[in-house]
Amino acid sequence: MSTANSWREIPQRYRLEAGRCTKCGKIHYPPRRICDQCGSREFEQAKLPYTGKLVTYTVIRVAPSGFEDESPFAVGVVELDNGVRLQCQVVDCDFDQLKVGLPVKLEFRRIQQDGEAGMIHYGHKAVPA
Amino acid sequence: MAIGVEKMTDVSGGAATYGLAAASDRDWEAFHGVTFPGLYAMIAVDHMHRYGTTREQLADVAVKNHFNGVHNEYAQFRSKVTREQVMSSTMVADPLRILDCSPITDGAAAAIVVPLGDAKSFSKQRPIKIAGLAAASDSLALHQRKDMCAFAAATEAGERACKMAKLNTRDIDVVEVHDCFTIAEICVTEALGFFERGHGGKAASDGATAVDGKIPVNTSGGLKSKGHPVGATGISQVFMLARQLRGQAGPVQVKNARRALAQNMGGTGASHVVTILEAT
Repeated sequence: MSTANSWREIPQRYRLEAGRCTKCGKIHYPPRRICDQCGSREFEQAKLPYTGKLVTYTVIRVAPSGFEDESPFAVGVVELDNGVRLQCQVVDCDFDQLKVGLPVKLEFRRIQQDGEAGMIHYGHKAVPA
Repeated sequence: MAIGVEKMTDVSGGAATYGLAAASDRDWEAFHGVTFPGLYAMIAVDHMHRYGTTREQLADVAVKNHFNGVHNEYAQFRSKVTREQVMSSTMVADPLRILDCSPITDGAAAAIVVPLGDAKSFSKQRPIKIAGLAAASDSLALHQRKDMCAFAAATEAGERACKMAKLNTRDIDVVEVHDCFTIAEICVTEALGFFERGHGGKAASDGATAVDGKIPVNTSGGLKSKGHPVGATGISQVFMLARQLRGQAGPVQVKNARRALAQNMGGTGASHVVTILEAT
C-alpha cells in the first residue's frame, strides 16, 4: 500500500470511522461515496463499536509473504455489535478457544510493514473479550 | 476465437500466491494476512457450522474429482487419492488441507464461436449450441456478502442463463463447476439449485455427483485434478463439456448427455459466469 493511501485511510483504519447513509441508515465500513443499498451520496460519520463476535475463522498455516514470522496465526470475520462485519486477525488466544460466536473486542495493533525501512501499517486485531 | 491462457509456474509459489490474492480485497482482506485458502476455509467453517457439513464430505469431493481426472489426458494430476490421504495431507488453513486445494497450473484453452447456422461449414464435429450465457457479480470482500456461503451471484447467473436457454437445472445432464477448493464445489452445486442448501456435502459423499450419479459434476476431474490455469479454466470447462455432448468423453462419458452447464468464478464468488451448452 502506498504511503499516500495509508495516510488517507487513517480515520477508517486507526479510528474505525464508518459512514452512515443519511437516507436509508446503512452503515458502510470502509466509508463509500455512494450507498450500495439506496444510491444516495449523503453520509454522516459513524464510529464503530469495538466489541462483537466471531462469525467465522481459520488458522493460516501457510503464511503469505510478509507474515511468515507470525505463522501460524488465526484470522476471522468479526460481526460488531451494530451488525457491521470486518476481517482481522484473532490474537492473544489459543487456537482451541476459537469458535463461531466467540465474543471479541478490537484492539489497535501493528498489522504489517513495507520491508525493514518502509511504512508500518496499523489497524485492529480481535482478542477474546 | 475465445482463448484463455495462464502461465503460473515461471514464478515462485509465493509470487503466484501474491498474484492470486489480487482476486480478494487487497486492502481489507489480504491486508490482514488472509490468504485464498484462508478465505475458503472461513467459508467452510461457516458451512460446517450452519449445515453440519463434515470434513469427510469435503474430502469426498477431492476423491471423486481425482477419480475422474485419471481418465482425462489433459489433467495435471491423473492419480487417485483416498479420503485418508486428503484428510492427512498438510494443513493449509484449518480445516482445508493441501488436497482440498486446486494446484498451480500452466494451461490454455480455446473455442471457435460462430453463428449456429454456419457451424457445419467450420468443422465436421457436431456443433455445440450456446443456449444460455449469463454473468453476475457480488461484493469483492467475503465479509460484505449477505450470506458468506450462499454464492448468491452464482444463483443469479444460473437463473439468468437457464431463462435464456428456456430450461431449468433439472434439465441439465452434466456440469463443470469451479472447484478451486473442495468447499467451493459443495457451495456452488447448492447455489445452482442442484441440491438443497446444506445438502451438497452429503450429495458428494453419497455419489450423487459421480459420473453415474444423479447429476455428474466435474467429470473432467475439475480444477482439483485437471488443474487451474486461472485464465484458461473457463474455456477448458466448455471444452470438457463439449466432449461430453459429442459422446467423446470415453470412460467418464455421461449417457445421453445433451445439455451441460459450466460455472466459472472469480475470487471468493465475487463474479460468476454460467454457460449452458446443448448438443445439436
